[in-house]
Amino acid sequence: MLDKKKLKKEQIIQCALELFASRGFYSTTIPDIAKSLKMSVGNMYNYFKSKDILASEIIKYISIYLGEKLKEINEEDISTKEKTRKIVEMYFKTASLKPEMIDYFLRIYLSNREVFKDSCEGMLCVNEFVTEIMIYFEEGVKCGDLREQDFFSAFGLFMGYLGGMVFLKGENILPKDLNDYVEDITFNIYKALSAE
Amino acid sequence: MKKKMRILWLSAISCNGNTHSFLNYPYMETFLDDFEFIYHPVIDSKYLLQDIVSKLISCDILLIEGAISREFKRADVSIVDIIEKYSKIVQKIVTVGTCATFGGIFRESGYKNTSGLHFDQEKQIENFKYLLDKTISISGCPIHPEVLVNTLYAIKKSTTLRLDGFLRPKAFYAYTVHNGCTRNEYFEYKVDNHKFGELEGCMYYEHGCQAPFTHGSCNKILWNEVNSKTRAGLPCMGCTEPSFPRQNLFSTKKNMSIPENLPVGVSKRAYLTLAGITKAFKIDRLEKKLFDD
Ligand code: SF4
Ligand code: SF4
Repeated sequence: MLDKKKLKKEQIIQCALELFASRGFYSTTIPDIAKSLKMSVGNMYNYFKSKDILASEIIKYISIYLGEKLKEINEEDISTKEKTRKIVEMYFKTASLKPEMIDYFLRIYLSNREVFKDSCEGMLCVNEFVTEIMIYFEEGVKCGDLREQDFFSAFGLFMGYLGGMVFLKGENILPKDLNDYVEDITFNIYKALSAE
Repeated sequence: MKKKMRILWLSAISCNGNTHSFLNYPYMETFLDDFEFIYHPVIDSKYLLQDIVSKLISCDILLIEGAISREFKRADVSIVDIIEKYSKIVQKIVTVGTCATFGGIFRESGYKNTSGLHFDQEKQIENFKYLLDKTISISGCPIHPEVLVNTLYAIKKSTTLRLDGFLRPKAFYAYTVHNGCTRNEYFEYKVDNHKFGELEGCMYYEHGCQAPFTHGSCNKILWNEVNSKTRAGLPCMGCTEPSFPRQNLFSTKKNMSIPENLPVGVSKRAYLTLAGITKAFKIDRLEKKLFDD
């Protein structure tokens, strides 16, 4: 029973993500989502009480998804440089396979802070993801690969770069495929963060 | 007259800090009704140091204060030889303080191979291994007088003390100093707002407080029955641990904003998850000065 409800929730999240990506966040309504899932609006509200709640559940869902992928990389017994490459690869792969996820993160979560201010204070909704990034940094500094510095300047550098590339791709500005940039981007990020 | 337990207080390479701490024990008269010092470096006692090293005077407990090196002598006799001689006749040996237990600050002294009686920091040493069963460690720089006195009473009453891996009585060292600190709520909600002596804020993140991974009872058995370092606004320096004294006592070593030493038993992932959640709270009551209106 619980699993069925969870599955349904995931379906709603996936459908909402796609609609937000194609029609925009503000012009997509709960009835639109219900309609596209062939559900009644009343039933929709059994799963998500409001659009804002749905919005923050979606960002949590994405954070858990990316957090799990990062955790796998963090737990591998490989150098920080290798980890950096795997993170870049994973992020770009997600952007190709599930573009609506990264799109949501960049265009909705980061640009509509007012929607998230009550239920997602600070970085609460992206905790799983941020925790793994912190562990990547911490372990890198501890083993001497990365330079000790303020967390946010390192975080901004890493995520800003990845986000920027995905954004350019979304706007069809990038001349090459995203994956063609993995090596160069890994090199740049690692060089900027490394202790050497 | 009831029989007093006889104690030899031997000072090795030491600053006598534990002696001074012990002199603050508030019920000294009662204590001296039950115990007597055959020799103590500053308290009047029956015998002279000269007698102690030249004869074998009967006694029940050997207390050692200070770090140990074969080179170090008292009354021209190596401290190691004095310990060997008395260890044979006493019921129990107690290492008093972090120097006698782990080497402490005098481990850095000019004497060769300076260490605690059984430990060189956390490493167990070969010397005196045969005395392991007889020894109890009371670490601290200095020791808390009540911890020492209560341990001595436990010996007198033949109470079995459960010891940890460093031979410290669990009754006093199973807790961390963090336990009982009046700033725990600030720790939980990650409110770090501290100047020495200030009443608000936790000192873990910025000011080197080592209490979450330091074993001791400082916040449960208060000093002079009134206060503790962390209650008063000074970070715990981890003085009961083998690693004492580490460098930069008032700063917290961090790797990209994450403290290198985490509370005992807390995994990095769990700590970061919790910290991420609690940081999202803004609790006015904790952010404000307590007495500002
Ligand atoms: S000041 Fe130290 S002992 Fe007190 S709560 Fe903070 S970490 Fe714990
Ligand atoms: S608070 Fe820490 S440094 Fe101070 S006496 Fe206790 S264990 Fe030692």
